[in-house]
Amino acid sequence: MTVTTLRTLEEDSMLYDLSGVTKRYTQGRKTIDALAGVDLRIAEGEFLVIQGSTGSGKTTLLQMLGALDRPTTGSLIYEGRDVAKLGEGDLAELRSHSYGFVFQSFNLIPTLTAQENVETALVPWHVRPDERRRRAAEALDGVGLADRARHIPSELSGGEQQRVAIARALVREPKAILADEPTGNLDERTRDDIIGLLEQLWRERGQTLIVVSHDSWVASRASRRIWLDAGRLEAPPVDDRPGLAASAAPVRELALQM
Amino acid sequence: MYFTYIYRELRRRHRQALLTALGLAVGVALVIAVTAYAGGVSNAQDEVLHSLYGVGTDITVSQTAKLGEGGPQRFGVQPPDDSQRGKKFTRDAITASPGQQSLAATKVQTIAGLDGVSAAVGSLSLSSIHVEGTFAEMNGGDAGGADGGGSAAQPAAGATPQAAPSMAPIKVSSFSISGVDVSDLELGPLSSGEVTTGRSFTSAETNANVVLVTKAYARQSSLTVGDVKKIGGVEFEIVGIVTLPSGSTSSDLYIPLARAQKLSDNKNKVNQIYVRADSAAAIAAVKKEIKATLPKATVTTAQDLADQVSGSLASASSLADRLGKWLAIAALVAAFLVASLLTVSAVSRRVREFGTLKALGWKSRRIVGQVLGESVVTGLAGGVIGVALGIAGARLITALSPDLQATMGAAAQMPAGAPPGSEGVMRALGVAAQTVTVQLAAPISLNLILLAVGLALTGGLLAGALGGWRASRLRPADALRRLD
Repeated sequence: MTVTTLRTLEEDSMLYDLSGVTKRYTQGRKTIDALAGVDLRIAEGEFLVIQGSTGSGKTTLLQMLGALDRPTTGSLIYEGRDVAKLGEGDLAELRSHSYGFVFQSFNLIPTLTAQENVETALVPWHVRPDERRRRAAEALDGVGLADRARHIPSELSGGEQQRVAIARALVREPKAILADEPTGNLDERTRDDIIGLLEQLWRERGQTLIVVSHDSWVASRASRRIWLDAGRLEAPPVDDRPGLAASAAPVRELALQM
Repeated sequence: MYFTYIYRELRRRHRQALLTALGLAVGVALVIAVTAYAGGVSNAQDEVLHSLYGVGTDITVSQTAKLGEGGPQRFGVQPPDDSQRGKKFTRDAITASPGQQSLAATKVQTIAGLDGVSAAVGSLSLSSIHVEGTFAEMNGGDAGGADGGGSAAQPAAGATPQAAPSMAPIKVSSFSISGVDVSDLELGPLSSGEVTTGRSFTSAETNANVVLVTKAYARQSSLTVGDVKKIGGVEFEIVGIVTLPSGSTSSDLYIPLARAQKLSDNKNKVNQIYVRADSAAAIAAVKKEIKATLPKATVTTAQDLADQVSGSLASASSLADRLGKWLAIAALVAAFLVASLLTVSAVSRRVREFGTLKALGWKSRRIVGQVLGESVVTGLAGGVIGVALGIAGARLITALSPDLQATMGAAAQMPAGAPPGSEGVMRALGVAAQTVTVQLAAPISLNLILLAVGLALTGGLLAGALGGWRASRLRPADALRRLD
C-alpha cells in the first residue's frame, strides 16, 4: 500500500519556532549542557521524528516542546507565545490545552482504571463528570480498547497500556502529540501496532506528531527527521538517510512513502 | 475523580495507610484515656473534699488556740472531802474541741455581709468526756493519786490510771458533738449528711433538746430513734440517724447550736464558720476579705485542702499530671512524625505519577489537594479507631482501677508547703489523719472525643501538608526523565 501525502509548509503556519534554545542542568558541581543552541521550526501537521544517541538531548528537547520546562536561554515560540517567558501556572495551562503526551513507560496512574486514566487528562478542564466519562469512553473506543475500560494498568499488556496512554493524549484533541520513545518498552509486533495507530490518528486528525525515537524503522515513517548530537542539530548519518526524507532544515514540500 | 483517586490510592497502599492511621489512633487513644483518667482523679478529689469538707462549703474559718487555751481538759477525781472516800462518782465535762479558739457569733454575720459571700453559718464542735468510778479509799501516796487522776482524763487515752492499788477502776467514755445552725442545714457540718432513719432538724428547733446521731455511733451505743441520750446531764431526744460520707469529719452527735453553746458555756461563741461564695471565681477574693476582717483566723479553701491530700489518690493525680500527660504528648508527636515520614516517602515513590499529572496540565494545587485528601482520610480513620481504643481504655481503667485512698490532716504527713496553722484547721474539722477511699471512674465527654478526632485530623493535615509540599516541588520534566 502506498499513500502519498502532500503538505505545504508556509512561514505563517509554523507551530513552533525555536531559536538559540539552550538548556543547562546543574548537578552539584557538574553542569550539563543538554541543549547547546537549537534552531528549529516545526510546521502544523508534521510527523517529526527526533533521533539521536543516548544523552544527545532529545528528551530534553521534547520537554521544551511540551512546555514541561523552560529553556535556559533562547526563545521558544509556540503559536506566537514565548514559552520561555511563561510562569508555572501558565505553563500548566498551556500543557492542558495544547499537548498530548505519550511516554516510553506509559506513565499510567497504577491505581486508576483505563477509563479513569483517560479522564485524568480532562481534570484540568473542569468538565462535568458525565461529559468527562463520555469523552474518555469515546477516546478509548478510538484506540480499540472500549472493552478494557474497567481494567487497571497492571491487568493490561504493554501495547494495551500504551493505547490507553494514546487515548489519554488524544482525548483533549490537542494540536500536538509528543511521544518520548513510545515503542521503547514494546516488542516488535506491538511496536508496529502502536506506530501504526499513531500514524493513522495523525493522518485522520491532522495533528502535529513529534516522536523521539532511536528506532530507525520508526524514523522511516516520519515526514521529517532531525538528528541531535551533543545538544545540537546535525544532518542524519548518510547510511540512515532514506531516499526521499528530510534534512535538518525546514522542509517546503514533502512526500511520505508508506 | 477526586474521591475515587483518594480511595484507590489508599487501597493500593492500605498497609502503610493502616499503619499511619494506627499510629495516630494510639496517640489519640492515649490522649483520651489519660484525659479521662485525669478527669476521674479530679472527680475523686472532689468527692474526697466533699466528704471531708461538706458539699457546698467553699471556705472555712477557724482560729487556732494559743498555747494554754483549749487543749486537754483536766478535772480532779480527788474526793471533795474524806467522807466521800470509797464512794462512787461521775464527772461530765463538755468543752470546745481542743486546739481551737472560739469566735464571737457576730463574726458569722460579719462574714455573711462580705462581698461575694452567699451564706455563712457557724458551728461549735465540742468534746464530751464522761468519767465514772469510785474514789480511792485512802489517800496513800499523794503524788501517785494525783498523777493518776490527772492523766486519766486525757480524752484519747481512755485508760485506767496506774493508781494506788486501793483505787477502783475508772471508766472513761467520750464522744464528740457538733452544734449546728438549724436555720441553714445546706451549709455546715451536716451538709453532706443524709438522714437514714427519723428526720432532720426543723428550723424551729433552735433551742430544742433534740439530737441527730451518726449511724456508727448509734450502732456502737445501741441507740435508735426515740431513745434519750444524756449529754452533760441533759436529756436529748434522738430524732434521726444520720450517715455521712465515708471518712468524713463527722462528730458523733449533732444538736442545735444554741444548745451546744449553753452546754459548753460558750454563749454566743462558735469555733468554725462555714462560708459559701457566690461563685467559684469569687472564692479567692472572699478569702482575702475574711483575712482582712479576722486577721488571726485561719481561712481555708477547698483548694488549700486539696493540696494537702496525700495517699494513692495524690499519687494518681500526679501520675495523671506528669507521666500520663507526657506519655500522651510523646505518643502524639511520634504518631505525627511517623505519619509525616510515611506520607513524604509515599510521595517520593510517586514522582513519576505526579510528574505525569503535571505534564497533563494538573496544577500543583490540585496535586497537593490530592495528597492532603489522602492524609486527611487516613487521619480521620486514625481518629475513629483512636476514639474506639480510647473509650475502651477508659472503660478498662474504670473497671480495673483499685480503690484509691486519700489521706489528709495528720501533721506528720503534711506536705512541706502546707500553710501555717493547717494542723489546727484539720483538727478543727475533726480530721485526724483521715483516710477516704474512693472508686476511680474515667469519664469521657463529647468534647474530649471531638478533641481527639481533631488531633488525628491535625496529624493527617500536617503529614499531608508535608507530603503535598514535597509533591508541589516536583518538576513535571521528571516524569519523562525518571526511568523506573
